[in-house]
Amino acid sequence: MSAAGTRARGRGRGDAGDVLVVQGLDVTVREQMLVEDVTFTVRSGERVGLIGESGSGKSLTALALMGLLPEGLTATGSVRVDGVRHDLVGADERAMSRVRGRDIAMVFQEPMTALNPTMRVGDQVAEAMLIHRTRPNRKAAHSAAVELLEQVGLPDPPDTARAYPHQLSGGQRQRVVLALALANDPALLVCDEPTTALDVTVQAFVLDLIVQGVLDRRAAMVFITHDLAVVATVCERVMVMYGGRIVEAGPVQAVFTRPRHRYTQGLLGASDLAVVDDRGRLATIPGSVPAAGRFPAGCVFRNRCAHATALCETRPPWTATGNDAGFACHHPADAADAAPTSASEGRQR
Amino acid sequence: MSDVSASTPASSPPPDAAGRRSRRRVNPNLLVGASLVLLIVGMAIVSFFWTPHDPTLVNAATRLQKPSGDYWFGTDKFGRDVFSQVMVGARTTLFVGFVAVGVATAIGVPLGVLGGMVSRGPGEVLMRGNDLLLAFPALLLAIMFAAVYGASTLVAMIAIGIATIPSFARLIRSGTLQVMGTEYVLAARAAGRSPFAIGARHVLPNVSSLVIVQASVSFAIAVLAEAALSFLGFGTPPPTPSWGRMLQESQEMLWSAPRLAVFPGVAIAVAVLGFNLLGDGLRDRFDPKLDDRR
Amino acid sequence: MTGSVPQGPGSDADTDPVMRGVAATAPAYPAPAGIPVSPDPAAISVRNVTRDYRRPRTSVLRASEPVRALRGVSFEVAQGERFGIVGESGCGKSTLLRIISGLDHATTGSVHIEGTDLTGRRDRQLRFLRTRLQLVFQDPMSSLDPRMRVHDIVAEPLVAQGRGPSRERVGELLEAVGLQAAAADRYPHQFSGGQRQRISIARALAPRPNILVADEPVSALDVSVRAQVLNLIADLVDELDLTLVFVSHDLSVVRHVCDRVAVMHEGEIVEMGPVADVYDDPQHPYTRQLIAAIPTLSKALSGTTAADLTRETSP
Repeated sequence: MSAAGTRARGRGRGDAGDVLVVQGLDVTVREQMLVEDVTFTVRSGERVGLIGESGSGKSLTALALMGLLPEGLTATGSVRVDGVRHDLVGADERAMSRVRGRDIAMVFQEPMTALNPTMRVGDQVAEAMLIHRTRPNRKAAHSAAVELLEQVGLPDPPDTARAYPHQLSGGQRQRVVLALALANDPALLVCDEPTTALDVTVQAFVLDLIVQGVLDRRAAMVFITHDLAVVATVCERVMVMYGGRIVEAGPVQAVFTRPRHRYTQGLLGASDLAVVDDRGRLATIPGSVPAAGRFPAGCVFRNRCAHATALCETRPPWTATGNDAGFACHHPADAADAAPTSASEGRQR
Repeated sequence: MSDVSASTPASSPPPDAAGRRSRRRVNPNLLVGASLVLLIVGMAIVSFFWTPHDPTLVNAATRLQKPSGDYWFGTDKFGRDVFSQVMVGARTTLFVGFVAVGVATAIGVPLGVLGGMVSRGPGEVLMRGNDLLLAFPALLLAIMFAAVYGASTLVAMIAIGIATIPSFARLIRSGTLQVMGTEYVLAARAAGRSPFAIGARHVLPNVSSLVIVQASVSFAIAVLAEAALSFLGFGTPPPTPSWGRMLQESQEMLWSAPRLAVFPGVAIAVAVLGFNLLGDGLRDRFDPKLDDRR
Repeated sequence: MTGSVPQGPGSDADTDPVMRGVAATAPAYPAPAGIPVSPDPAAISVRNVTRDYRRPRTSVLRASEPVRALRGVSFEVAQGERFGIVGESGCGKSTLLRIISGLDHATTGSVHIEGTDLTGRRDRQLRFLRTRLQLVFQDPMSSLDPRMRVHDIVAEPLVAQGRGPSRERVGELLEAVGLQAAAADRYPHQFSGGQRQRISIARALAPRPNILVADEPVSALDVSVRAQVLNLIADLVDELDLTLVFVSHDLSVVRHVCDRVAVMHEGEIVEMGPVADVYDDPQHPYTRQLIAAIPTLSKALSGTTAADLTRETSP
């Protein structure tokens, strides 16, 4: 990969510098808590996954980081990003527009809607740099754009730069969106289900490019998805969200092999298609994710949890198990428990 | 069955429709539009039972009176009470609107559904014919009708209705195409539903919101068209009061008694605005994108 | 510009489907149309099916090139078998499903369902098919009419076949898929995705079909609900002795659900055989690429990176 990506802009990016510090982030709509007390830190060069099912609040968390919450939803708490002097929560639109695309960038699920259909893709990437004045002039921006398109593996970059979004395939569009996001070497890249709309083989390429792009820039990444396998492939650290709260966090290896929270445990069991009972059936979590605002008080998972007791009517405290690791469960799975994944390799059917 | 107790969440009350609706902000367009329309409708209904004066009574003694306690909007050059005429004129206006929109809906909606469901051959021919009609000016058609069948309210409104058919058909066709592309129509076909049943059970209910919105907007257009026709002398013949003809009659006295033009003019504006706002409000209401379910 | 997957045009040897297992070669089908055939015919028999779509003209002078959605597909599904079809978007799997379900017609080739030829039959002549084969769709939101109550949705196949909707039957069906009979009075939007998919399954079971065709039935569902719906389908297939055709882009789901699988690519079946064989020892390069590209937990936890997922496809 070319050195263009690593061209620093005078923002010293230390090895262990905190790039994103989120503290007590709440998202509310009319008294209703959609995201509650989310706290985490992402350091430079770190890739952190945020997983959860639909309605878990993971996408709202991402939008809150970007200051892109839909009208009517309000964020409180604190979101600080390295290189930005002010708190992102409560910052006005003008301040945020200077931050977005330069210090933090986002890759969305739907690549078509993230691109302007009436503009050539090369111009869009160049414009992203001109807006934030990270390139001196149009010519420099344009050649940098072509270089970026090459970095994201698009065929014949000068030619592709002249194409309109509708002339590209879904996978190619997502590459353009990634080039757009990486254009100004952001300190933080937020990806919200970036490959969910793509075919498996295309997904593999795009995931690889995202990881490469982040590594080359020593950027921090928050990767949001419902797909446990994707998160395990792409990230080093993972946070599990349910009912608007982070219920468990830790290194991917630890969380996915020795889950402590009962929800994480259930999620892992349900997603493992290789482990079946004697009738050939998969492990399940009973019930379904409640609608927003209908999660039980106390532990949000207790109405679907086999281990729930009266104690779970009170909110479980965060039990730290290490740096950036912990869980919030009154009846956690035993730390020594073998992972459900490794429980049985053979299929019984 | 399976080891799943999925029946539990189904039994818990889902976020009910009523709750969602009440959380939605009241749409100002809908509110203002509905109020104006109600005002016109109320006036028309009351006029059946009571008007301050006989709107058609010519009385030389009360010519060109200024607005007063007795004559709220004054009188015209024949001594007829303007307020009473505006009230009865609302009747004409609504009548015209209902018939015109009724004609357009009754023919345009089935045409659009048919055009959307039969995409090839006959459907295509149908829609091209529709486009031809769309290109024909509504007023010109109405004037031709009036020339052939004589000027009357009924002829005017049927002509306006016919001229409105194409816009209904186009809109409903695009709605139908959308519904026909959904998986529930595919499921209905796989279940063995006949095309007729699919049209009646799936397409019509799902395009009904489009019909309602288009009807209220067309209503406004019909009101304007009737006023224009009456103004030109091709619409409602005297002595039946009509806002358009009142405007025409006021023309020669525009300098001496401008109020004669103002009252029917305002009435027309209120009716058109009311139906347009109602249409806009209903559109917002039915727009799934504005549904705040998340 | 085409897909971003570097995939050269395969040589002839490349595109020859790799067939394995007992039913690898379809037996010759002797019966002329309309005449009942062998005593125990296959549930589904597809022979050399092609499907071309006409693209709208872009030139007045020349007719545009047809899109060849299917390029000669043949396979057979035995009674009671669980058959998977795997492929990525645009591979022709949805077109194939529609042809099997009598919702679209093959350009050439023939489809027999339980021994009856579908070729040339119009909608009205497909009544037998509607009672024997039913569909479950991918998107639980768009596959249920938002303006209909659940009762009417589930009863639709019964009404369509003139059997009249009975409340008991609908309640029975809803309970069979793990919902309460009271759900019949509600509208689809009042249910979660998984519950809507259950309603869709209840509708498919209403006419007591022998064959259930499921088009990506779990790919729009959350992980915790996916397992429930997969279990439900497995339970129903076992209990009602259904023949299952399960279409998915996810080979690992098909591996769990099905006995046999066909891998489709660019309108053709490139590989077919028992799931375990295809999954563990893929023969066709495309199948290998597909399997390598699927991220799985166990692969990731043993150190597979995103770069590794693309290794089978590296140019």
